[in-house]
Amino acid sequence: MTGVSAPGRARLGVRTLREDRWWLAPLATFVGLFLFVVYATFRAFQGAYYYFEPYLSPFYSPCLTTDCVPGSSDFGQPISWWPLSPALVILIFPLGFRLTCYYYRKAYYRSFWFSPPACAVAEPHRSYTGETRFPLILQNIHRYFWYFAMIFGVILSYDAILGFRNPQGQWGHMGLGTVILLINAALIWLYALSCHSCRHIMGGKLKHFSRHPRRYWMWQQISKLNGRHMLLAWVSLIWLVVADFYITLLAHGTISDLRFF
Amino acid sequence: MSRNAKFRVWRGDAAGGELHDYTVEVNEGEVVLDIIHRLQATQAGDLAVRWNCKAGKCGSCSAEINGRPRLLCMTRMSTFTDDEVITVTPMRSFPVIRDLVTDVSFNYQKARQIPAFAPPPDLAPGEYRMQQVDVERSQEFRKCIECFLCQNVCHVVRDHEENKTAFSGPRFFIRAAELDMHPLDARTDRREFAQAEQGIGMCNITKCCTEVCPEHIKITDNAIIPMKERVVDRKYDPLVWLGNKLFRRGND
Repeated sequence: MTGVSAPGRARLGVRTLREDRWWLAPLATFVGLFLFVVYATFRAFQGAYYYFEPYLSPFYSPCLTTDCVPGSSDFGQPISWWPLSPALVILIFPLGFRLTCYYYRKAYYRSFWFSPPACAVAEPHRSYTGETRFPLILQNIHRYFWYFAMIFGVILSYDAILGFRNPQGQWGHMGLGTVILLINAALIWLYALSCHSCRHIMGGKLKHFSRHPRRYWMWQQISKLNGRHMLLAWVSLIWLVVADFYITLLAHGTISDLRFF
Repeated sequence: MSRNAKFRVWRGDAAGGELHDYTVEVNEGEVVLDIIHRLQATQAGDLAVRWNCKAGKCGSCSAEINGRPRLLCMTRMSTFTDDEVITVTPMRSFPVIRDLVTDVSFNYQKARQIPAFAPPPDLAPGEYRMQQVDVERSQEFRKCIECFLCQNVCHVVRDHEENKTAFSGPRFFIRAAELDMHPLDARTDRREFAQAEQGIGMCNITKCCTEVCPEHIKITDNAIIPMKERVVDRKYDPLVWLGNKLFRRGND
């Protein structure tokens, strides 16, 4: 017998005495992440309706395979051997970044794996080794995904800037899609810069802040963002869906883009 | 203004026990510890409870109130509704001695295992000079009152007794971080120690320690995750390893 029923501990016979709605937060997290996974999986495999001049869905950016629709490949089409949707080539990077993110780890360990479901609520597992063994020891490569997230931040910003063209490719125009992609790029930057690994790399790893005033300043700014990492994780995730869905509707012909000028 | 409140208090010892029902007088401004003391004075003279300062600074009166790890002296009665039954039990991660008193020696064993601050070899006592920016991170961790609520709520040991040998717990990860971030600590093996001896890899950063800390120390964000990242520097990141080899980085 282990856990709260282990010999010597106060015998209570229940896994928790909490009577508040402790299950609400993990349930909401589960529903939110589950809906995103369903939507993202469908869209990633669909391989269509991801480009409407001049907007490219963030799920398909950068579009690198020869299957990409004309105009959507800003960085060429170097991959010709890939038989599936072009999104699946690149999705490992943003997916890996979020999967190994310190906030999302908390979120899915609690809501999907019940380890624990909530504080002071006993988990159902017989044994526990945490992140000491394969595959969870791979969570330690989070910083490498962060490096890629920086590259994706640049690419998504570039996509947003390309949105200042009209469907004929002329510059100096703007539509609702441009605003949506700009917000998307900004949120991706904020989420990636608020990352705990970023905080460590920027200055957290130092022993003496006084010897590195610039890095100390950066660490302070990143620390402010880091306090809102959970919020930014959710808002940037939801906005990805908003951006992708808007472009899907445009590409599908369901709606037309609201052009400002 | 006084009223009567319904309490359920766990009474017993390591051999067994159960929740006992009491109806106790509650006055305005009181905390749960006041009610426990009134119980001792009026209905249960042999009720065991550990307490000292009644000000949230000694860390003695840790227990669980309605299933949540709390300090008895810092839980105001005004946070409960008049008809709410308030359940008070001992901490559930440690062996119970009697009633609300638990044996927290696990924590002292873990504390003893951590190598103490190592003085810099080139400075004599009295010559230590540190800048505020270099010690402010460690100062947050010095706020710890050692109530062990974080140790109690941590599911790694709460739900798995067998992990107690390999896992030190959040209170001692903040000690590890405090020393590793200390500008004058001469030891260079804190990270290896945190990984191999303290079992920091077992923490899955689900943040319950931070949620229950009465001193509001950001245990997970400011100590455990930075320590995990420092362990990655030393153990899992080939680029950092290569950088250290090539550029012979000093004590930055």
